[in-house]
Amino acid sequence: MNPSLIQAIPLSGQVINLCAALMLLLGFAMLSQRRILALINLFMMQGVVLFVSTLVVALTTNQHHLLWSAGLTLVLKVIALPYILHRLIRRLSVKWDIETLFNIPTTMLVGIVLVVIAFNVAQPISQMSGTITRSTIGIALACVLLAFLMLITRSKAVPQVVAFLAMENGLFFAATSATYGMPMVVELGIALDVMVGMVILGVFFFQIRQQFDSLDIRHMERFKDK
Amino acid sequence: MSQLLLIDWVLITALGWLSIGMVGVAFPRNFILNSRILYPLGAVGGLVLALIALTGIFASPQIRILPLGMPGLPFHLRLDALSSFFLLLLGTASAGISIYAAGYLRKGDGTAPGLQCLLYHVFLASMAFVMLADDGYAFMVAWETMALSSFFLVTSEHRHAEIRRAGYLYLLVAHVGAVGILLSFGVMAGVEGDYTFDAMRDFSSHGFWPTIAFLLALFGFGAKAGILPLHIWLPEAHPAAPSPVSAMMSGVMLKTAIYGMLRVSFDLLHAQIWWWGVLLLLLGLATALFGVVFSAIQTDMKRLLAYSSIENIGLIFLGFGLTLIFKSFMLPHLAALALTATLYHCLNHAFFKSLLFLCTGSVLHATRERNLGKLGGLIHRMPWVTWLALIGVLAASGLPPLNGFASEWLLLQSFLFTSGLPQGYLNMLLPVIAGAVALISAFAGFTMVKFFGIVFLGQPREEKLTQAHDAGRLERIGLLWLGVGCILLGLFPNVVIVLLDPVTRLLVGSGLRGTAGSHGWWLLAPISQDRASYSPAIFLGSIVIFMPLVYWAVKRFYHGRLKRVPAWDCGFPLQTARMQDTAEGFGQPIRRIFSPFFKRTREHPSPFDSQPRYLSIVEDPFWYWLYLPIAKIVERGTQLIAFLQQGRIALYLLYSFITLLSLLVLTRG
Repeated sequence: MNPSLIQAIPLSGQVINLCAALMLLLGFAMLSQRRILALINLFMMQGVVLFVSTLVVALTTNQHHLLWSAGLTLVLKVIALPYILHRLIRRLSVKWDIETLFNIPTTMLVGIVLVVIAFNVAQPISQMSGTITRSTIGIALACVLLAFLMLITRSKAVPQVVAFLAMENGLFFAATSATYGMPMVVELGIALDVMVGMVILGVFFFQIRQQFDSLDIRHMERFKDK
Repeated sequence: MSQLLLIDWVLITALGWLSIGMVGVAFPRNFILNSRILYPLGAVGGLVLALIALTGIFASPQIRILPLGMPGLPFHLRLDALSSFFLLLLGTASAGISIYAAGYLRKGDGTAPGLQCLLYHVFLASMAFVMLADDGYAFMVAWETMALSSFFLVTSEHRHAEIRRAGYLYLLVAHVGAVGILLSFGVMAGVEGDYTFDAMRDFSSHGFWPTIAFLLALFGFGAKAGILPLHIWLPEAHPAAPSPVSAMMSGVMLKTAIYGMLRVSFDLLHAQIWWWGVLLLLLGLATALFGVVFSAIQTDMKRLLAYSSIENIGLIFLGFGLTLIFKSFMLPHLAALALTATLYHCLNHAFFKSLLFLCTGSVLHATRERNLGKLGGLIHRMPWVTWLALIGVLAASGLPPLNGFASEWLLLQSFLFTSGLPQGYLNMLLPVIAGAVALISAFAGFTMVKFFGIVFLGQPREEKLTQAHDAGRLERIGLLWLGVGCILLGLFPNVVIVLLDPVTRLLVGSGLRGTAGSHGWWLLAPISQDRASYSPAIFLGSIVIFMPLVYWAVKRFYHGRLKRVPAWDCGFPLQTARMQDTAEGFGQPIRRIFSPFFKRTREHPSPFDSQPRYLSIVEDPFWYWLYLPIAKIVERGTQLIAFLQQGRIALYLLYSFITLLSLLVLTRG
């Protein structure tokens, strides 16, 4: 990179850019990960990155409510949800489940195309946004799309939930980077949503398993109306 | 807001209805509370509403804006003479029906009484809101609430598959109609998209837009009113619903459609085009003729009444069309005459049809039988119901001095003045339609004779009918209220005309108040005394005088000469109840004459059959001509779309993914 450009970006900005890069990297890692346990660990790492980036934004811009959201991220996404997921897969004993995916290289290629699209789409928004973190909007959007892609390509229930949660991570990252976070009420609402969604999906796991002896959601195709 | 206006009182009454429903649903299984306290309270609400509306007719329009609903989209309400008149109709009819319902309710396996109480009162309140609404949004909310609550009332006995089917059909037609109304409002709201009726009144687009708005409204309100060919739900939904609900739907709810149509055609659209009137005339004529012919051949008493409702809606639309024609040719006084007849018939129909539906309810409770072929001779067991049904039947056949005659006479009078129209073809067409109206009235009389004669006269056709019991006390009060209403509306037409005067002035700019009653309260002369006049009082007087005379004379001269001789009985050695004329037999001449109208399947037993069964099913040809082809097309279309539904979650997610991506890319460009 051009040295003068590096000079222009303060340290905090560089940290955030690093976080963004890590987010994207983790997104791709999750997309290519076959093992459920590793997937959950990746998800936890994404949570940590999200926490760090939010904290940095909060400290550099003196936005106190962002401290709250950072705390919320830490508690919810780094501690609570991975813990619940770990417990779930232990109880369902699917820790080492290797799931059949679409062809992984193909998925990765599609992912790259998605990142290009995301950057292209995010360009006008980044130009309007006046925050120090605006360059990361494209990455945040790419994270959302990658998680969505994962949601589509997975066939087992637990990875799908992880994908869903990762999508929320991307959304949250987009919010902090574009507008210094959403209003506290909205953030709390989303956090609660994720929590409740997790609980409900946990119940569903057991029901699905009981019904089909497997967590493969392809079994649900038979519910189609004839 | 220091002083409560009339419109506030209407709102308070409607809220009262809603809170009655809330109390009811709080104690869903408490039968005594619901039937003996809440429904009579609802009837009181109806009376209060009627009183408010009575003063509202003569008051100047009042406006209220309720800060309810969506942000930035408050409910606009307005009370003027037209809405007051229909609120009066709602209040008076619902008072009788509610008090009847209080006595009618039984413990059953259908909807819980408390829930039904809620639905019933929500239904009432939503109809009041329909008439108050002054913007498209409030109107549609009230309109849909009305449709939904009545749908759940129709399906009270939801454990029967055929009732669910009838309810579904009703809901379907109601929703398709609602789309028509919504689109009509959309056209009138114009490009600014302001949905208040005030903005629509200023809608001054020329060309074909007013016509499109009118036709869409006709489609939408016609579906609710049941004009041909959208009448299909009426004969299904009315027999399925509990009788007070059928009475409410037929007597009052159909009139909300008339209200909406009047509001759109005369209040919201300024200039009427004469051929709209001709279209309404022809539709009304077809509907009335179709309704009465089908009504004459029915064997289910509630279906018979449902088809009769279709006929009456047809008559109302005939008057409506005539009003439009007169108005478009700038003949305000004649338009006022036709509109008076239309509105008067709305009120009359609300009374006599509710009365008849409630009578069928009493018969149904007493005998558990809707089939005319299994009834008969109930006059001995159910004198109250029989005599009150007689009033309803006479009114429905349009016989003086009851109310049905007054409005049908006014309608025919307005036809007689059409010779002044500056349109040659219309002048030739209208007398023919007038003749058809007379024919329809005669058929209506035939149908009513059939209804009354088969159900109440003769001998009981079944053993169990001898155990039938008369209506209870609360039911009798409800029936009496409506019956007395029929008589009073018939005896004092000039009072009704005075009530209607502000309404016609609002809509067509003229009224009959000055001319109609100028020769005293007892003489009705709509245009002038030289042309035509009618005095129900004199009619009643002569009936009161001559009936005993005739009775005495027959007894004196005819029965006096009767000799009882035990002979060979002239071929009648024994007489059983099975030898009476049946409903099918009575309707047979009509079925013969109008055979192209019907789709009929018949099965004759073979002469050698030891257990012969005769089967004859008469169906509505519109099912086969119109509805089944449409249903088939829709089914084909949905099969194509159903290809999207593969049952795979990944695929569904892919759909939303692609949507998201394309939206993102589109908004980018």
